[in-house]
Amino acid sequence: MRLRSVTVYALALTVAASVAACGGGGQESAPASAPAAAPAGQRVDPATAGEVTGTVVLDGTAPANVAIKMNADPICIKQAPGTQMQETFAVAADGKSLGNVFVYVKDGLGNYVYDAPSGIATIDQKGCRYIPHVFGMRVGQKLEILNSDPTLHNIHATPKANSEFNTGQPIQGMKTEHTFASQEVMVPFKCDVHGWMNAYVGVLDHPYFTVTGADGKFALKGLPAGTYTIEAWHERLGATTQSVTLAAKETKDVSFTLKVPATATN
Amino acid sequence: MLHRFATLVAACTVVLVLAGSLVTSTGSGLSVPDWPTSYGWSMFTFPPSKWVGGIFYEHGHRLIASTVGSLTILLAAWLWRSDSRRWMKRLGVAALGAVILQGLLGGLTVLFFLPTAVSTAHAGLAEIFFCMTVAIALFTSKGWILGAGQVDDGWLRRATAATTAIVYAQILIGATMRHSNAGLAIPDFPLMFGGLVPDHWDRQIAIHFAHRLGALVVTASVIAAFVRVWRRHGGTRALTIPATLLAALVVIQVTLGGLTILTKRGVWINSMHVVVGALVLATSLVLALRSWRVKFRAAPASNEAEIAA
Repeated sequence: MRLRSVTVYALALTVAASVAACGGGGQESAPASAPAAAPAGQRVDPATAGEVTGTVVLDGTAPANVAIKMNADPICIKQAPGTQMQETFAVAADGKSLGNVFVYVKDGLGNYVYDAPSGIATIDQKGCRYIPHVFGMRVGQKLEILNSDPTLHNIHATPKANSEFNTGQPIQGMKTEHTFASQEVMVPFKCDVHGWMNAYVGVLDHPYFTVTGADGKFALKGLPAGTYTIEAWHERLGATTQSVTLAAKETKDVSFTLKVPATATN
Repeated sequence: MLHRFATLVAACTVVLVLAGSLVTSTGSGLSVPDWPTSYGWSMFTFPPSKWVGGIFYEHGHRLIASTVGSLTILLAAWLWRSDSRRWMKRLGVAALGAVILQGLLGGLTVLFFLPTAVSTAHAGLAEIFFCMTVAIALFTSKGWILGAGQVDDGWLRRATAATTAIVYAQILIGATMRHSNAGLAIPDFPLMFGGLVPDHWDRQIAIHFAHRLGALVVTASVIAAFVRVWRRHGGTRALTIPATLLAALVVIQVTLGGLTILTKRGVWINSMHVVVGALVLATSLVLALRSWRVKFRAAPASNEAEIAA
């Protein structure tokens, strides 16, 4: 009986102390000018969103892509007749603009929240290549891995922050689904059956990413006003960043230059 | 007959080592993602039409391993039934245990995406198993049973035993280098980043450097054994033949090691470097065991009778 009384007193005192601490402390420490850092974060207003556009260009001459020898698998030769080249350096006709570069907002987005990704990202194994070669997707988004080839492939992801997986797809038309739990730029894919097959996916917790087209151009749309670190990543030339400050509804053009080292090989 | 069969198992194991090294050299270790099945098929019914690309190496390695495993079962059973030496029966069972464990390690390294520790253990146990088959072939040979070419040379016994241990340690370092992707961590040969020692260091460079240093130690150790054998026991063919073969294999092995770097790990050069490494170990073991023959008991009359028959 005595023990129960002591417990009740102790509980009452704890509750009272907690209420006092929360009330007083909260009012004093919250600055009036603090950004809206509500637990749920804030949503981007499409009406005031801006855009970052630009081009990725080479500083130097990229080595020529090497020819792929597909004779390890006669079906691959049949599926992809003629000379097949690696996709490492997707250089435009001007010799400078570079495709297959992953461009994304690396930093500066703060506490914005976004709708859950609704679409499905897809990577296909077709003509004994990965299509696309470089792409982006969201954390938690479904990735559909498809084998369109009448030969077998294994799709082997070798991430650092996410879990490694290696899945066999021996039959044409097979589909496998996968989701990544953590942000990671980039997750490499490879096929250990066909050593020339590789691809890269950037996994992000926001929707501001893209891949440069064949003309080296990119556009990051729907960005709220702010100062961002934007990174351009290439599988062989590495990454480079730029800081960009964007006002509401503004479109800003930035160019990234990736230096080709003298020792660069394909 | 038993000796011939044991020699066959040892020879098949050399082929297995080559197949395993080709798997690593071609980067095919994960081309068959499942184990013990192959893309859902039983290993033995997986259609040959699907043995394409890296699968040819990985699946081929599994099939050769299964063959060697089956041969080892027969060898262990044969020894158990026919050899009157109890320790030989045990050696047969130990070899069978080793090949089973080796198969499990091979499966585990596939299922866990080739972790360096498991892949290196797989490579290390392969050499031990190979040594067991070579030792069984030697112990069942006519020369061993009749006790031919015995010498009582304590220095040689110690030197050859040490050489075998050093060669095995060197192989383990090589396997660690191979499975931690440090084979080209020092990209030039015979110099290292243009000097006699690397001008900068990281884990991979240290492993690679240790392997080059190990090659010098092995070479010195083999030269010492070779000189001792020819100076003191030049008339004993049981020693001069493996000593000479060992010296020749070391020359080939060092050459292959250099070429592995100069060809940027050319598939066949790299794989033959692994195979010749195993042959160096086995030859060193034979030399050591023959140096120690005098310390073994004479073979029982039943073994001699078998030889005579």
